[in-house]
Amino acid sequence: MPERTIELTVNGERRVVAVEDRTTLADALRERCHLTGTHLACEHGVCGACTVLVDGAAVRSCLLFAVQAVGSEVTTVEGLTPPDGTLSPVQEAFREAHGLQCGFCTPGFVVSVTAYLAEHPDPSDDELRDALTGNLCRCTGYQGILRAARLAAERLREVRGAAAGQPAGDLAATAGAVGGGAGS
Amino acid sequence: MTTVAPQGAAARFVGQRVARREDPRLLAGRGRYADDVNLPGQLHVAFLRSDVPAGRIRHIDTSAARSLKGVHAVLTGAELNPASGPLWTTTMGPPAWGPPLRPLAGDDVRFVGDPIALVVASSRYVAEDACELIEVDIEPTPAVSDLDSAMAEGAPIVHPELGTNLVETPRAPDPELDDALASAAHVVTRTFAMARVTNVPMEGRGLVAWWDAYGEELRVWPSTQSPHEIKAFAARVLGIGEHRVRVEFGDVGGGFGQKMFPTREEAAVLLAAKLVGRPVKWVEDRRENLIAANQARHDIATVTMAVDAEGHFLAACVDLLEGVGSYPAGGGAQGGGALVAMMFTGPYRIPRLGFSSRTVFTNTCGKAPFRGPWAVETIAREQMVDAVAREIGMDPLELRRRNVVRQADLPYTLPSGMVYDVVTAEETLEQAVASLGWEDFRAEQAAARAQGRHLGVGLSLSVEPSAVGMGAWGTEQAIVRIDVAGKVEVLLGSGSHGHSLETTIPQVVADHLGCALDDVVLRQGGDTPYGPGTGGSRSAVIAGGAAQSAATTLREKVVAIASHLLEAAPEDLEVAGSAVSVRGTPSARVTFAELAGAAYLNPDALPAGLEPGLEATSRFRPPSMFTWSNACHLCACEVDAATGVVTLLRYVVSEDCGVMINPMVVEGQIAGGVAQGIGGALYEEMAYDASGNPLATTFLDYLVPTAAEVPVIEYGHVETPSGSLGGYKGMGEGGAIASPAAVANAVNDALASFRAAVTQFPITPERVLEAIERATS
Repeated sequence: MPERTIELTVNGERRVVAVEDRTTLADALRERCHLTGTHLACEHGVCGACTVLVDGAAVRSCLLFAVQAVGSEVTTVEGLTPPDGTLSPVQEAFREAHGLQCGFCTPGFVVSVTAYLAEHPDPSDDELRDALTGNLCRCTGYQGILRAARLAAERLREVRGAAAGQPAGDLAATAGAVGGGAGS
Repeated sequence: MTTVAPQGAAARFVGQRVARREDPRLLAGRGRYADDVNLPGQLHVAFLRSDVPAGRIRHIDTSAARSLKGVHAVLTGAELNPASGPLWTTTMGPPAWGPPLRPLAGDDVRFVGDPIALVVASSRYVAEDACELIEVDIEPTPAVSDLDSAMAEGAPIVHPELGTNLVETPRAPDPELDDALASAAHVVTRTFAMARVTNVPMEGRGLVAWWDAYGEELRVWPSTQSPHEIKAFAARVLGIGEHRVRVEFGDVGGGFGQKMFPTREEAAVLLAAKLVGRPVKWVEDRRENLIAANQARHDIATVTMAVDAEGHFLAACVDLLEGVGSYPAGGGAQGGGALVAMMFTGPYRIPRLGFSSRTVFTNTCGKAPFRGPWAVETIAREQMVDAVAREIGMDPLELRRRNVVRQADLPYTLPSGMVYDVVTAEETLEQAVASLGWEDFRAEQAAARAQGRHLGVGLSLSVEPSAVGMGAWGTEQAIVRIDVAGKVEVLLGSGSHGHSLETTIPQVVADHLGCALDDVVLRQGGDTPYGPGTGGSRSAVIAGGAAQSAATTLREKVVAIASHLLEAAPEDLEVAGSAVSVRGTPSARVTFAELAGAAYLNPDALPAGLEPGLEATSRFRPPSMFTWSNACHLCACEVDAATGVVTLLRYVVSEDCGVMINPMVVEGQIAGGVAQGIGGALYEEMAYDASGNPLATTFLDYLVPTAAEVPVIEYGHVETPSGSLGGYKGMGEGGAIASPAAVANAVNDALASFRAAVTQFPITPERVLEAIERATS
């Protein structure tokens, strides 16, 4: 099948890659952009491991063709990590709360939680639990993941409180606070 | 019950909730799983699989596939299988009897998903395109998918070479058991059925293999629980020496037993790599994982229990019916029967036990270990205890209290001959019950019942035979090395597939060597001393024991050199924080880096006669055949009698895994096991239709629990050291073993007011409603 050259913006960088029309965004990110943090665990849109942000919204990169992302800002888990090598508040909360074991589903959870908390800064436990049902984990029984999401929400509220003047729920602001230039 | 202080004066890390050292890279997307490995010139493999459960292959035409641009090879069984050595595993040995083991199907196919051919191509996309171009003419033949059909007279035979679908182990004659069953005040018989489920690691199987013609060696990047099994398996399959196989160990996205034994597809990929001469990658997709990567459970136990008038257990009899599908992992007709017979009496004083089993082949995917492969002993027994309690009109808690093994009973010999040295079944039972507030719950239940709501509570006790101390599983070797710069490397043959060994092993080493935790790294993989990998809840006990033993030996050498350099008596020295100092004189101090400088670079500075270098090795075998851990699980639920929906309200675990290296990791292991157990009890079923077609081929049909289905888990710990080095006990499987019966017992407690019970997993809303309907009509 013939390839075409497309231009993607991934984690704030312009990437020119050759893809087939049928190449999924996930495969383009993993194989053409060498960003292997986005994982494939079902390739039919259920497990959420391949979740990335496209223009700030959490999407399943296994269900999107790379060509559909042309002109959009794509953020992967690598892009949520501050450039100085530290962890974002969400990532740090996952570590503290033992929100991961094998780590395979983890990038999807980190991206999903980051996106969710940007729009829902003060969720109840039930809302958080419900929000997490779009991602599957087989190791943790979700105990540490729920604790991590709650802890991250608290930390991000503190960050937001400190960043006076920024509108609550503005994803760009939150992503900036998160540290990696997501959606910026 | 004792709470144990960390071992030794310098202990600082064992027992602490140390944050995991593998986390930063995994959280940042820098894990290195099999699919993340990309080598120059790498090609991709896809398999063509059977879409019929049984049939004769009349003709395969691969010409169109071969001519597709980007295709490098198309290999069928006729081409690939003759090149293959035997497919048995080191840990299980060559099976004395069992299905023919070959990488690809021969003249026939025996389940939907049976690999028929493989394509090597420039990308997975092209490889899959080529699979569609392979023309296969299969003449379907009669198949059997359920156990009853497979055992019926004249049933189609899954493996013609074996001549039967059934392996029977009859009950040994036991007149005393017969007497007990004949004369007891109460004799109760029930059948409990566990559905066929599957492990579902989030990362499926996969590997990259490369025949390196320059080094004349095979290099493998697998997704495995056992790098050394991959190494030995690859050597046998390719007919080369193990020293010509190098296995790199990266991150592994779960396994839960599925990645203990290399499978047929992995053999085929290894062979393809050698034939093609370029690196090849195969990463299965979820459909392949669900239908072809081996399945689990599918145990049906019929239990008879004899109980005296006061509720004391007199005898139990178990008949186990086990479906092993077509090609069970590890070869042979691997069932969990032997361990089920050994462990069935569990935490109770049951003087006599009878056991019989039937193991049945069907035209379905083969069975593999899954987190407690023998778990039916607990899952059936604990449901049986509740069934007996209801039958004789006694609260299930009281029935357990009357029969549980107590401290005064130790050492306690099971009917199977196994001996419990250290178990705390009664203590965990009472801790869990107190944590829930049993009486309060009964009151709440009665009040709810008066309002037409159905609450239930279920207990499940389990003793876990962790850390098998025999055969290939019985040992593990650690090399602990202080390098030239004073940092510490630990080499172990383990295969951490998510259970935190990169954190827990360094905790042990740091304590016993006296170094900073950040100074230690764990290295796993094929270049380490032989070890069978992770499985059987063995890592803390055996790998931990080996690491502790080697670290302790190395510390002696550290002290000997420091004593010489500091001109101080060894007993006056203190080792901590990667340095040795004279007690009371902190300025008299030498760092590990300085000691390493002497040991490697300046041997003249060493005490006379001491061997240069700073390295110690220990192959460790635990003192007992099993290191027992134990747990009590307690589940409270509500059943909606109108819809049949079960909602879990509370979940309490009290467990004793001895000295906890890292309580956070222990609780994480419990939680993961509990979620898998809840899945098996309520949601998961790898169903086949009567013709042998798999009905769960996506996550829309195979229902892995989400965050919404797993309640908050409350933990209690009883910490009684084992007799093994460090006092550790294995606990990785216990969560999955004990949980299904706790859930089932809670549901059936809720249904008791209808005199209804569901004994078939998964306990779906339909089954709940059917049970109520049957009981009330």
